[in-house]
Amino acid sequence: MNSAVKTTKRAGIDFGRALKDGVIVGIVAFALLGPLVGLKTDQNMANELILQNRLGLAAILSVIVGVGRFLLSAFIYPRIAARGNRSKAAATLAELEARAKVTRRLSVTGLIFLFVYPVLIISLFGVQGSIKWVDNYGVQILIYVMLGWGLNIVIGLAGLLDLGYVAFYAVGAYSYSLLAINFHLSFWALLPIAGMLAAFWGIILGFPVLRLRGDYLAIVTLAFGEIIRLVLINWKDFSGGSAGISSIPKVTMFGLYSFDVSAPNNFAKAFHLAASSAYYKVFLYYLILLLALLTAFITLRLRRLPIGRAWEALREDEVACRSLGINTTNTKLTAFAIGAMFGGFAGSFFAARQGFVSPESFVFMESAVIVAIVVLGGMGSMIGVALAAVAMIGGTELLRELSFLKVVFGNNFNPDQYRMLIFGLAMVGIMVWKPRGFVSARQPTAFLFKRKMVSGDLVKEGHG
Amino acid sequence: MTTSHRKWDSDAVLSVEHLTMRFGGLVAVNDLSFSVGRGDITALIGPNGAGKTTVFNCITGFYKPTTGMMSMRPRDGSLHLLERMPDFIVARKAKVARTFQNIRLFSGMTLLENLLVAQHNPLMIASGMTFLGVLGIGGYKAKEQAAIERARYWLDKIGLTARADDPAGDLPYGAQRRLEIARAMCTGPDLLCLDEPAAGLNPRESAELNALLLSIRKDDGTSILLIEHDMSVVMGISDHVVVLEYGTKIADGTPAETRNDPRVIAAYLGVDDEEVEEIEQQLDEVTGSEEGRA
Repeated sequence: MNSAVKTTKRAGIDFGRALKDGVIVGIVAFALLGPLVGLKTDQNMANELILQNRLGLAAILSVIVGVGRFLLSAFIYPRIAARGNRSKAAATLAELEARAKVTRRLSVTGLIFLFVYPVLIISLFGVQGSIKWVDNYGVQILIYVMLGWGLNIVIGLAGLLDLGYVAFYAVGAYSYSLLAINFHLSFWALLPIAGMLAAFWGIILGFPVLRLRGDYLAIVTLAFGEIIRLVLINWKDFSGGSAGISSIPKVTMFGLYSFDVSAPNNFAKAFHLAASSAYYKVFLYYLILLLALLTAFITLRLRRLPIGRAWEALREDEVACRSLGINTTNTKLTAFAIGAMFGGFAGSFFAARQGFVSPESFVFMESAVIVAIVVLGGMGSMIGVALAAVAMIGGTELLRELSFLKVVFGNNFNPDQYRMLIFGLAMVGIMVWKPRGFVSARQPTAFLFKRKMVSGDLVKEGHG
Repeated sequence: MTTSHRKWDSDAVLSVEHLTMRFGGLVAVNDLSFSVGRGDITALIGPNGAGKTTVFNCITGFYKPTTGMMSMRPRDGSLHLLERMPDFIVARKAKVARTFQNIRLFSGMTLLENLLVAQHNPLMIASGMTFLGVLGIGGYKAKEQAAIERARYWLDKIGLTARADDPAGDLPYGAQRRLEIARAMCTGPDLLCLDEPAAGLNPRESAELNALLLSIRKDDGTSILLIEHDMSVVMGISDHVVVLEYGTKIADGTPAETRNDPRVIAAYLGVDDEEVEEIEQQLDEVTGSEEGRA
């Protein structure tokens, strides 16, 4: 009775109880480990069975167990219990509002940071040193942010699980490469064309899979992604097969300046700067940033239009949608087409940036990474998807920086190879602690009195 | 009473003729014909498994009937043959709206959003099929405001205005039923099909539902076809009762006529003692209250 009162009074840490807990567990551990670890049978030189006394080792292990238990009881368990006491079902409105505020603040600071990032990097590492940070981190992450936002329309809003999204990325990349090489059209003319071609293929995929839901839809879209890749590998006359297409023209600065070294209107020459590829990288950075923001802007706009509401309604309940006179066929097709269009934009940017495309870049792994970004971010949330892209792609790039670990693990250690293992663990962890992704609350698209966030627990996840 | 008798045949908003629905060897609905009078509240009743919901699914286009003709005449005088239409066209062109036996709200969307989704088609046109809306031209804002006003009208009517910005999944059961009716009404239907609207409601909520349905008919001139087991709703507000058993119509007339029909009584007696007692008790109550009124 007395102790119960004490514990409720001191909601914080009860060291006395934790210590008792630790000692008891330590003793139990020693009782177990004493015979198991402390005594070892062995053979001596005379081939006789002898008993080795290792009770010291057993004692050390028991102390470790006891201390571990003490730490668990003192710090970890009270915290878990406290979390359990808070309403487990749905987060309260106040919590949701507070989280929404944090999200809003985060998106504003994030946006400002993205615009000053190259300037910051150049001032820190110099023009030449900035290439790695702007290109490998900035541009690479932003491509995936854009792909994540594009796929978010299909999976997050319309609830259609599309595992073949990389196909549209490939369509965009090959459209730009082939049309630029064969017809000498500029990036700016080809960007909308690539987007439209990708959207067209989105509709082509959409038609046969309209009646499918959930797992079946996922499998067909997965197959579609593979079909596109296999066609690109095998139709050698068209796409160059697995050798790919090289020397794809670079993006020009709206035709005013070129980034080709040999061109007369080379950017660096025109401004009397030292020749460096860094300028092109910075230009690409701002280009993909604007493309990604265009995706975000259009998605946010669409959400507030009837089509966006119909997508979300479709994710919630397709039968109810049809009973309200919504043409679910067209609604699904527009989701596929618009999602694919942004994939196509990102694809043509990718081709222009790399200067080389091959089917190797469009394997299923890419689709899986993009789906992981959307799921991790919280389906339907823009800022969540952006954060997930930073974590997934930035994390991958960071692993390359860990070569100093060779000192610890020996020269054969290659941190890059542990990438998938680490991400697997991270995904499992996040699905345990935040099963709805980083940002799970849904923002309503219209309100009568006050915009209140909707807890993710009520929002249905896409099942087809 | 004799003046309104068979009124539903002379001025029918929906007439179902020789409707048959087979699932493999099972005949769920067998050669069913009935009419729903314009401005009437028509009840479709029958024991469990009689095929009532199947009839609803045929009318609203979710099932394609094996044979039969269903003609719908909205207020504008046009004629629509429902058996030829896909489900969403039935709602859009023939102006038939429905609710579901197990509530199908968009639970993660707010009440207001639920009612806006119901106005999808007019809003879609207002947004210039999305193209103009994305660019922010074409006066979509004003149209959306009008849609919000319409939603507000319905929220006032079902008494949920204060909760307009809460998610639909947070509502108690009775309120969800009312919201589903309001959502169906936001499509501007001429015929409202309600699948067991009083299921799971307490007596007070049932009475509120009756008032709501009567006001829908009075203010909006919408005809109502409802499936119901709650006899206080059926006998209290309906003008016309159609009784089904094993997919076949066994009675068709005013509540007073069907109540005394021996075949109807037999159909319900054949179900389950408890249920019969319950229904008889409800019938007595309703008859009592009607006599009291007279």
